[in-house]
Amino acid sequence: MTKKQKRPSDELSDEQLLEMYYYMVLSRKLDERMWVLNRQGKAPFHISGIGHEAIQVAQGFAMRKGHDWYFPHYRDIATCLILGVTPRHMMLALMGKEGDIFSRGRQMPEHFSYKPAKIVSVSSPVATAIPQAAGTALASKLQGKDEVTIVGFGEGSTSEGDFHEGLNWAGIHKLPIVFVCQNNQYAISVPVSKQMAVENVADRAVAYGIRGVVVDGNDILASYDVMKEAIERARRGEGPTLVEAKTYRPVPHSTADDDRSYRSREEVEAWKKRDPILLFEKVLMERGLLDEAKKQEVLDRVMAQVEDAVDYALNQPYPPVESAAQGVFGDSPLVKWSKGVKG
Amino acid sequence: MTIKTNLQAVRDTLMEIMERYDNVVVMGEDVGPRGGVFQATRGLYERFGPERVIDTPLAELSIVAVAIGMALNGYHPIAEIQFADFIFPAFNQIVNEAARYRYRSNGAWPVPMIIRAPYGGGVAGGLYHSQSVEAFFTHVPGLYVLAPSTPKDIVGLLRAAVQVPDPVLFFEHKRLYGLVKGEVPEEYYEIRLGEADIKRQGDDITVVAYGLALHEAIKAADKLSEQEGIEAEIIDLRSLVPLDLDTIYESLRKTSKILIVHEDNQTGGWGAEIAARIAEEMFDWLDAPVMRLGGPDVPAVPYAPPFEKWFLPTADKIEAKMRELAEY
Repeated sequence: MTKKQKRPSDELSDEQLLEMYYYMVLSRKLDERMWVLNRQGKAPFHISGIGHEAIQVAQGFAMRKGHDWYFPHYRDIATCLILGVTPRHMMLALMGKEGDIFSRGRQMPEHFSYKPAKIVSVSSPVATAIPQAAGTALASKLQGKDEVTIVGFGEGSTSEGDFHEGLNWAGIHKLPIVFVCQNNQYAISVPVSKQMAVENVADRAVAYGIRGVVVDGNDILASYDVMKEAIERARRGEGPTLVEAKTYRPVPHSTADDDRSYRSREEVEAWKKRDPILLFEKVLMERGLLDEAKKQEVLDRVMAQVEDAVDYALNQPYPPVESAAQGVFGDSPLVKWSKGVKG
Repeated sequence: MTIKTNLQAVRDTLMEIMERYDNVVVMGEDVGPRGGVFQATRGLYERFGPERVIDTPLAELSIVAVAIGMALNGYHPIAEIQFADFIFPAFNQIVNEAARYRYRSNGAWPVPMIIRAPYGGGVAGGLYHSQSVEAFFTHVPGLYVLAPSTPKDIVGLLRAAVQVPDPVLFFEHKRLYGLVKGEVPEEYYEIRLGEADIKRQGDDITVVAYGLALHEAIKAADKLSEQEGIEAEIIDLRSLVPLDLDTIYESLRKTSKILIVHEDNQTGGWGAEIAARIAEEMFDWLDAPVMRLGGPDVPAVPYAPPFEKWFLPTADKIEAKMRELAEY
């Protein structure tokens, strides 16, 4: 008789499991509303995390909030909510309003940045964060700190040279870093079969001398197990992991994309059976932690947050136009800017 | 006062900076035990060890990107690109990332770092070991671009650069490493970014230059003074960004004639922006068109010795242009 090995998710309390569920629903409902606001002309752009909630909530719970470093994937709404970004922050960024903590209206939405939680500012060119994250991890290691760096990206990013270089550094220096690839099968319209010749992104880990793990990114507890283990291994000095969370993107790439040209509606419909929220509801119900009444309670609580965030953001002004000309450089007594004649 | 070469100025200041600031690291290809292919980091590895003097993989993109990541987490890295010609794999990280982090995060994430690179021709380096690349970076809001050409300026500016909370490109002319010797004061001093220096006073024409062109311009000016009584005022920019227009304009008010000389390809070189600003703001002061003398518009400095001489801003070419301006 073999004893079943204890998994990290076995350590989660009932309260924590329900909190995870709450964040999945909160992320989903905020996200769905953002699509609506865009179609209503109230938000110029939105890029979505719908379908990714399991891996995103799992990684959020697996990291040490405010201690570990986090370079988000631009879809990581749920993770950022767990780390302290509020629904209001999300809506302010969506509309580019004053009070936007990510960038004061300078960046497109979902370019998260929140220093108190060590959420490093997201840029649009993908994969650039990967070797930067290696640098942050190297800095932690050299300073003898037990911080772990987590960096997220899609499978398209793994074709960029930045991916190769970042993983190479991580392997050479055995860095305290976890690379999290959310493989949702599409880079805008380009399917994974045109993106790479290998079956799994994680298969590449061996080329860098690091550990690679594939996980079902729609199974929140399996994802949590993999993420928790990878993060704690890194923290103990056992080196990097490349986690590949297999998932799916049931919505277009962004509000600027139309996915009808590159995939069938039947394929998208089929995903609904694997909706990570549905799958977790089944698990919670089996454990007696969720029933229809409790589901409604969570939904009501979530929708109150959503409505508050939307109303608040709609009523905020834009940042003053003059603010866009400021803050290119920091002030320094060692820098002299001459005015010329016109200044 | 001590006499140092440009190379000694770089190396000694790096050593001093590493002693003074615990959070400075030096990183690049061959910077460790080899001491750098130009010996700019000689002795640092023996003194500070592999945790502060880091031999990197052959990967410019990640030399810069890892430095960015370290800068976000408490360090002030000094990254070396072995030859400026090889900076382009890192271009995205420098321009889209390092230069934009502060602005895009509304000040939350500044990137304090220095990227050093040897540039310029005159060492039989050919098309890919002789380039001037400053013009690609002077265009980008968010980057400081420095090109000091004497030991005193190198020391003062490098000391300042490491205290500035933003990315600094620090270009060192490789021909001048051993060629230029100069006095460096014993007492501690810093030179602010954005301050040009008048290397030679004169009333007749203003010449703005940096790098090898600066030293050749001084030679040309001395000859013109001796032989034809033309007195050129030579301004060493030292900083390309910030650009010291105050010093340039003050000189122009005196001379009314200005020539900008640089080794980089003339078209779209940094001189073009300086010329445009002067034309816009100082038109009434001009007694002659704004003149420029830049490198020929071919892809960098060719290898064969006559080709190299043809490309580079030698004293004879500068002298001819200065005479043309003085006689206008």
